[in-house]
Amino acid sequence: MTVACQPMLAKRIIPCLDVKDGRTVKGVNFVDLRDAGDPVELAWNYSRQGADELVFLDITATHERRKTMVELVKSVARQINIPFTIGGGINEIADADALLNAGADKISINSAAVRNPALIDELAKAFGVQFVVIAIDTRVNNGKNIVHLNGGRIPTEKETLDWILEAESRGAGEILLTSMDHDGTKAGFDNGLLKKVNDAVNIPVIASGGAGSVQHFVDVFEQTNVDAALAASVFHYGEILIPDLKDILRNRKIEVR
Amino acid sequence: MIGIIRYGAGNIFSLTAALERLGIAYGMINTEADLAQYNRYIIPGVGHAGAAMNKLEHTGLVPAIKALKKPTLGICVGMQLLTAYSEEGDSNLLNIFPIKTLKFASSPEHKVPHTGWNQVYSEKENQLFKDIPIGSHFYFVHSYFIEYDNAYTLAATDYSIKFSASIWKDNFYGVQFHPEKSGIYGETLLTNFSKI
Repeated sequence: MTVACQPMLAKRIIPCLDVKDGRTVKGVNFVDLRDAGDPVELAWNYSRQGADELVFLDITATHERRKTMVELVKSVARQINIPFTIGGGINEIADADALLNAGADKISINSAAVRNPALIDELAKAFGVQFVVIAIDTRVNNGKNIVHLNGGRIPTEKETLDWILEAESRGAGEILLTSMDHDGTKAGFDNGLLKKVNDAVNIPVIASGGAGSVQHFVDVFEQTNVDAALAASVFHYGEILIPDLKDILRNRKIEVR
Repeated sequence: MIGIIRYGAGNIFSLTAALERLGIAYGMINTEADLAQYNRYIIPGVGHAGAAMNKLEHTGLVPAIKALKKPTLGICVGMQLLTAYSEEGDSNLLNIFPIKTLKFASSPEHKVPHTGWNQVYSEKENQLFKDIPIGSHFYFVHSYFIEYDNAYTLAATDYSIKFSASIWKDNFYGVQFHPEKSGIYGETLLTNFSKI
């Protein structure tokens, strides 16, 4: 090893698990998994591989107004030794309180915050800004980045950067920004937008949408300096292994754990 | 057996889950009479330091905590309570360590809260960091930090400023990061504390 350099906050690699009725819903192609649909076992595997954090997203919750999975959060907190965020269907303080007490480190709020921005203030006041992640699905409409709801299906009136700045001023502790134009394309993150957002805020930004190769992670950190990058399928299908990804980031002098 | 001091500041599910995974026995301390049952203590805490201090004062445990002679570990805000003062709520705290808890200046380069994995450099020989390589990453989430101090800083981290990631004085220890969320080295630290 070389001499210790100036310590820096590590860039975080975050696998995202989509969960429905307590089971992971996207296909998972890990070897050695007894049950690929068990989010806790999958999470444990990711933590062993060196994931820095996990996000659990109940993809049906917003649509069905279903409350998030307190039991899942408890199972994860019992077995996983890294931080995790839970999102989906969190509409009020009582939801957040139940998830905090079940062991969640952060909650992610998307549609509920757009519909009722004061919820951000209330959550930050009740639990601290570090508990409140604002998730935003953005898509370009007529040349402008516009906030969308319900998984990108419903456009809002809000311009993305304006909404992010409002969320920060109301008490968001972190921004999870998913480009719906890039999501699923495996063509890389939306580095232009991410850089603009990252330069505009003083809270951490998680990049999401578009990861298809190791180079895309290098690009997003080098070009935008965001704090974390999130992906789902490239990890679930084993197309990118987290230890290999971190080796390459390290070789590119990007600080990782 | 570790006694966890209960005073209503934050959730301890993840901490107790970690202790259970590690096979470390623990119980809860609600009153002064409970203290004698344990041979070491953890003061947990998240949230607002001033509010946490108010809650701790309401338990009536403050004089007994200040008089503890057995190993005692404060975690995150639980550690900040051990200092003399916090800028958060302009609050006077336990003053076991005569140093201060200050707010990070936020900037695009150093966002606040300081959230994520940062390197921790232990600077003194101590059982708490046994088998943990110098410069290992631990998980932090905080907006206030304990100032660096030669006498009391056990381990340091840099985030725009060099601050106390861990403090130590006699039987009192504190860690700013969350060992229960810090992977294997966090678990090593909790195990080490259970053997001090």
